[in-house]
Parts: sequence; C-alpha cells; structure tokens
Amino acid sequence: MEAVVEKSNLIFDDANWDFEILQRALEAIEDIALNDLKLEIFPNQIEIISSEQMLDAYSSHGMPLMYKHWSFGKHFARDQMMYQKGYTGLAYEIVINSNPCIAYLMEENTMAMQALVMAHASFGHNHFFKNNYLFRQWTDAEGILPYLEFAKKYIAKCEDEYGFEEVEAILDASHALMDQGVFRYSRPPRLSDADRMAKLAARAEHEELNFNDIWRTLPNIEEDEEEKEERQAEVRNIKLPEENLLYFIEKASPVLRPWQRELVRIVRNVAQYFYPQKQTKVMNEGCATFVHHYIMTELYNRGAIGEGAILEFLHSHSSVVFQPDFDDPRYSGINPYALGFAMMEDIKRICEDPKAEDREWFPEIAGSGDWREVLKDAWANYRDESFILQYLSPKIMRDFHLFAIADDAKETHVEVSAIHDDQGYRRVRERLAAMYDIGMHEPNVQVVAAALEGDRKLTLQHRMHDGRKLNDDTKGVLLTHIETLWGHEVKLEEGDA
Amino acid sequence: MAFSHFIDRRKNPKGKSLGNRQRFLKRARAQIKEAVNKSLRDRSLKEIEKGEKISIPSKSTAEPRFRLDPETGKREMVHPGNKEFGKGDKIKKPPKGGGKGKGKKASTDGEGEDAFQFTLTQDEFLDIFFEDLELPNLVKRSLKEIKATAYKRAGITVAGSPTNMNLIRTMRNAHGRRLALHRPSTREMNELKERLFALERIAQPSDEEIALRKDIIAKLEAMESRRRWAPFIDPLDVRFNAYEPTPVETTAAVMFCLMDVSGSMGEREKDLAKRFYMLLYLFLKRRYERVEIVFIRHTHHAEEVDEETFFYSRQSGGTVVSTALDKMLEVQRDRFAAHEWNIYVAQASDGFTQSGDAKRCVEILNESIMPISQYYAYIEILDERELEVFSNEDSGAELWRAYRTFAPTWENFAQTRIAKPQDIFPVFRELFSKSKREVA
Repeated sequence: MEAVVEKSNLIFDDANWDFEILQRALEAIEDIALNDLKLEIFPNQIEIISSEQMLDAYSSHGMPLMYKHWSFGKHFARDQMMYQKGYTGLAYEIVINSNPCIAYLMEENTMAMQALVMAHASFGHNHFFKNNYLFRQWTDAEGILPYLEFAKKYIAKCEDEYGFEEVEAILDASHALMDQGVFRYSRPPRLSDADRMAKLAARAEHEELNFNDIWRTLPNIEEDEEEKEERQAEVRNIKLPEENLLYFIEKASPVLRPWQRELVRIVRNVAQYFYPQKQTKVMNEGCATFVHHYIMTELYNRGAIGEGAILEFLHSHSSVVFQPDFDDPRYSGINPYALGFAMMEDIKRICEDPKAEDREWFPEIAGSGDWREVLKDAWANYRDESFILQYLSPKIMRDFHLFAIADDAKETHVEVSAIHDDQGYRRVRERLAAMYDIGMHEPNVQVVAAALEGDRKLTLQHRMHDGRKLNDDTKGVLLTHIETLWGHEVKLEEGDA
Repeated sequence: MAFSHFIDRRKNPKGKSLGNRQRFLKRARAQIKEAVNKSLRDRSLKEIEKGEKISIPSKSTAEPRFRLDPETGKREMVHPGNKEFGKGDKIKKPPKGGGKGKGKKASTDGEGEDAFQFTLTQDEFLDIFFEDLELPNLVKRSLKEIKATAYKRAGITVAGSPTNMNLIRTMRNAHGRRLALHRPSTREMNELKERLFALERIAQPSDEEIALRKDIIAKLEAMESRRRWAPFIDPLDVRFNAYEPTPVETTAAVMFCLMDVSGSMGEREKDLAKRFYMLLYLFLKRRYERVEIVFIRHTHHAEEVDEETFFYSRQSGGTVVSTALDKMLEVQRDRFAAHEWNIYVAQASDGFTQSGDAKRCVEILNESIMPISQYYAYIEILDERELEVFSNEDSGAELWRAYRTFAPTWENFAQTRIAKPQDIFPVFRELFSKSKREVA
C-alpha cells in the first residue's frame, strides 16, 4: 500500500516530458532552492529549443541575439560537423546572465535531465549571476539583451550602408583585441550605457519624425562638432598607460569614423560583459553543480523523483565532475566543474563535520554548522583566484593529488616544486590560485604613448611577467589589425612589468 | 508562479546562423575552393550528390590574439593525479610540439596549425566547384523564338488559383468587412448563450426572467441570421497574388554529347566517358537551365538516345566515328538552326576507328561542324598503359593524330585525354574554365 502512495508523489516516472510535468518539477525545485538553500535569483525564463537552435546559440557566445560575423559561422560549421558525426554532444543547457535569467533546455533531454538542467542553470547559475560581486559591479543584467539587439541592428545597418568588407575589417581587428579590450582594475562605465543608448534612440526617433531621405543614411558618416568636442575631452582625461586598448582606440584613433568607433565600442562592451565569466569559471560551475546536486538529491529524499531518475542523474553528474589525471590522454587541464563542486562540498563538510586539520586551516567556519551562509558568502564575494586561495583545503589537494611543476624555458627539465604534503600545501594552493589570475596568462599590453598631433605614432608596451614574451606568430598580425584601427604607425615594445 | 515561466521556442525559425555561415564561406573562399577541387579527385559522381567534409588550413580563418610564447620565461602550473613525484624531482621536457597534457596546455584554445574541418552541403559544394566555369562563346542570342517566360510579381488581383491566395490581404479584408457589417462575434454569442443557459436553469422563473429569456433568444436569432448574412469570409474578401509572365531574352544553346560505345571501348573506358558526361550534364543542368542536351552514341552506326539509355544501357559493335558526326549534323539541321542556336559538341572516344574514317571525320568537322559550332571538345579515353606510350602530345591513336593536324586552325576546338577517374575533374575544369579562354 505504502509503495502506491509513494508513487503518487513522483513528479514524473519516465523519460518523457510535457509542459505540465516541467511546471511541477520546476515548482518542486524552486521550493528547495528558495526555501531550503535560500537562493536569491532573477526571475526565470526557461526556453525549450531544438538541437539545431542549440547549435545556433552555441556559435555566437550562447547569446540569442548576436551581430553577424564570419567567425560565428566558422564555429557553427565546426560544431555542426562535430555534432553530426557524433564526436561531441551538445551542452544540455545554455544560460544567460540577464534579467530575467534566460535558460535554454533542449527538447531531446529526458525529463530527469530537464530537472537537472533547471536546477543547474535556472537556480545555480542564476543565483551566482545575481549575487557575485563581479557580475553585480561589472555587468548589467537588465541592459544586455536590449544592448545586443541594438548592436545587431546597428551592425546590420552599417553592412547595408558601407558594405560587408568595411564592417568586417573593423570587427576582425576589434575581435583580435578583445582580450585587451576590458577594464581590469577600474570600474568601467555602465555596459549598456543607458544615456548613450537613449541618445541614439532619440536620434533615430527624431529622424523618423522628421522623415527625410537624406537623413536615412544613419549611421552618420561625419561626427558633428559637439560630439567631437565631447570625445576629445574624454581622450584628454585618459591617463597613460591605458590597459584597455579598444577603449583608447575607440576614443583617440585619428582615423575612425563615428560608425566605426561605434563598432569598436560594441566589441569592447561584449568583451567586458564576458570578462567576469572568465574569472569565475570554477566558482560559477561549482555553484551550479553544487546546487543541482543538492536539489536532485533532496528531490529524491522527498520522494519526488524515483530511482531511475536519480540513477540517470548520478550517471550524468559523475561524468560532468570527472577529473582525468595529468597523464591521462583525456586530460586537458583542471575541470572547473570538478574542482568547484569538490571545494563546495568540502566547505559543507568542514562546516558540519570538521577534522582537527580543518579547524587549524579554517577556524572561522569549521564546525559552524551553517554551510548555507558560508557558501552564499563565498559565491557573493570571491572570484576563482581568491576563492581557491581562501578555501582550497588540504583534503581536496590530497583527493586530487595536486602537484606543482616549475617550468623555466631556459632549462631542459621541469621541476616538481610542491606536492600535496605538509610542506607543499600552501605553495600548491597559491600556485593553483595564480593559474586562475587572468593577468598571469593573458598578455598585458598597454598604451604607453600616443602622438595625437604630428606623426600620430601609437606606442604599446607588453609588460612581461616572469620573462614571458609575446608569441611572434600572432604579434605581426595583431599589429596590422591595430594599424587598421589607428591608421598610423604602431610600435610594440616589450619590457618587464 | 511568480518567479519562472516557460517559453516553447521550438517552432521559432532555425538556421539563425545562416548569415554567419555565408560570411564564413565567403571569407575562406579561396581555401575552400582549393579543398573542393582537391577532394573531387578521388570521388565518384554518386558521391557528389552528398555533402562533403572538407578541410582548409586553419590559418586562413585564424582569429589571432596576443599570446604568450610558451618557449620563454618561467611559469609554474598545478596538475592533478600525482602518483610518484616528490618535491624536487626533475622531469625531462617532452620534445617540442609533442606530448600530451602539459605540452598541450601551452596552446589552449589557440587552434594551432591544424586543419579546420567542416561539412559543405551539396549545393554549396557544387556551386563552388562550378563557380568559374561556363560555356564558351555563348553569343547568339535568339530573339525570334522566345519560349522562356519568367513570372514576376504584379500586385494583387481578385481572381487566381488557390495556391496563390494572399492570406494576409484576404483576412484583413474579411476583418474589415466584418467590422463594417457589425457581424456578431463568437464571443458575444457565447456570452449571450451562457446567460440564456443560466436563465434556463432557474426552476421557477419570474415573469421578468421569462421575458428576458425570450428577449435573449430573439437576439440570438437575430445575431445568427446576421452572421449568415455577413459570413466570416466572403468570396468578396479573397485576394490573390498576381503574377505576370514576362518574356526573357534567352540564349538558346544545345550541347551534343557524342559517345563511342563500340567494342574497342572496354567497360573501364565507357565508364570514364559516362562519368565525364555525367559531370557535364550536372554542370549544364545546374548552370544553364535551358540548355538542350542531345545524346548520341555510336558503334558502326549512330543513334540519338535519351538520357537514360545514354548513361545506363549497354551496347557494343564495330566503330565508325563519322557516323556520329553525320547523325549530329542531321539532328542539328532538323532542329537546331545554326543562326539561332549556340552549338556545343563534346565527343568522347578511345580514338580508334575504321581505317580511313579518321580522315573523313576531319573533313566533316572542317567543312560542316566547326563553322557552326561555338566550341568543340574532344576527349580521348585512354587506358593507363597507353597514356605512357602517348605521353607526347603529338603521338596518339588515329583520331587524336588526325585531329591534331587541323586543330590549330580552329580556335574553338579543344582536345584532351583522360586515363583515370582522377583526370576527369581537372580535365573538365580545363575545358570549361573562364580564365583559359580569356587567354585564348
């Protein structure tokens, strides 16, 4: 008898789904997410899409609205082939840092997968986007979709007006500088730049009202005096060295036309928007994975999903958090899902059931019991580098068998500099944290001088770290791209930081 | 629920990336073309029908970024899965470029020098292959016999075939008419009906209620009749897209395909010839919708056949090549007047014919065919041994040698040889490339 009663609690009992089942699953998941985990989220917009649409979304940074460019077509061509030949599967979901938080579910997913994906994306990632300080400070969840829509239309219009090639040249050059097109340290102006968008919209509207064929050739070709004055004032305010090459070029390039400046600006804004995601891969995926794992387990404990579903979930979950060893042919670096999930589970363990070692390493949280608060605080206030520096425990280092390798290009051998033992823990942790410092592996190229009069020469400097130089293969092409945007000679020096 | 909602996007248009794909193909055009031509070497025509996986050097579509050179400076990396290392252990570096794991890390998300692989659809593939090929000297524009018409949009009409119905216009008209004629909506009707049902459920209605009921019934009847009188869609509303036939100036062209199927042609040779014609056929069908194709095959006597027979049926016999030329002329005089038609001939043979016949072929060509033809291509099918023997342009089978003697006098005559399947595509390109003829 009891079994029958229990069965009636199940939200679903086979792989098929429909919107009613989805809705019920969502409600059960939401109950755990909000009332148990106490997550704080943006409203969810969950969209069901087909695999072709997933491929579409894939190729353009996962954004539903993206301007057109051949590089997205290239990624699409490759993803499509890989998918059709069965080399790779598709992601189960894509989630967008926007308000409302948009998550895509693939129609091919089984119901158990849909539940997993909703827990992962619509609650895990969603909470992270809404609360993490980097996203709060540096991105604009409200503004991103309208901004991309504006960008897409603007670029399409430029293509009509000035031709594919002209637009492509500017986009190619700007894309090449995306890594150097973000503000790393100072807070950027608002991404969507509400004032400016409002201005552009107002202008478009004004022109619609005063319909006149001559004015239909927006984007404008010449900037008016007021705009020019405004821009030059901004240039005067820039203090060299300037780390954001795209920003500097957009404002100070002697040759760009207004519409070309706008294109550079669009690319720069997109780069800035994705910058926090680059710095929080471990945390973001760890948070989402921790949340989905907790919710699915809890659903099972409450009898809302059956054994078949939980087994399917565990199978999928364990492949997501699989970490191959360094000597495994499948190894391609540390899996952010694996590391993030392990660290967050470990934090929960330290709060609830600490060993003597944990009390020594984490006196503030060990045994505090309230792991929900500790995790929420970590999710809100850290990025990968600082999170690892703060929370990577000796246990995780042992579990992963972490070791550090020092590699000096001048030597014929590499040296093991630390392993997971008492002498090595701190060094391993410090080194691992440093690997997630973007400044360490992305070249730091800055504008050090620009002659705004005379020969208009632009001087850039690569500030070397630990003697690591720029790769010559791409340096030349990059300089050509920069010259396209600057219009005059560009010089690149390398020097120690 | 306040917090979340679902949207079903599966019906949304897919293929959003199409524009990006076209931009990409355009960008990598030169490399893709090269890859297409290369990949065609070893393919049968059957395979062309499918899409094709091709690789292009990834450099051509690289997206360069500033990168740190892994060969310089110092760094320290952390990896998982330590088994036997202790602090201070030294490990020899793997040879450059090789090795897994660590070596690979250095070029994370750089695509390196690898080839970039993706799949072209059949259409894209054929378009690229045939891109710069065309029929040479397509000059005679026949204005007299304009059969071709293209249909152009010509506004909206009140009469037409159902397939051309313009739904938006039709429904808009219907909507306007319904508003103008005050057609009662279904919703209004339903509201009244519900009130009526409610009234009818009252067990002992008051007089007032009975009156109301009667009133509603009367109203409903009036509405019904009004709805009959002003239907949802009236024939008056219906609009059709109009198309107007417009004559198109056409260039009338005919391609004569002459093929030797005699006994001296082995199965292999016949197969090569057929493949060549198959490609020609595909090319003409794709690029020149209105080119007429005449298939003629010959042994010691020639006949005009249909496409099916030409490509798929077997026949054998002696060889008199000139019969095919005679037949061709006969068909031409009969149906394709030389002053109206651009005439093209492709002839495939193993080059052997009855003794003395080669001379006659040359005569026919010189006197009758060449003067009226825009282009004449002779393709000699050899077996591989012969190719070595005849490596010199001047030596060859009977027909080849005979044609060599008069070829220089005709600019629009080309002769070439095919010995193996791989030759077909290059030879085809050679015969029909634009650039070659510009030089000529």
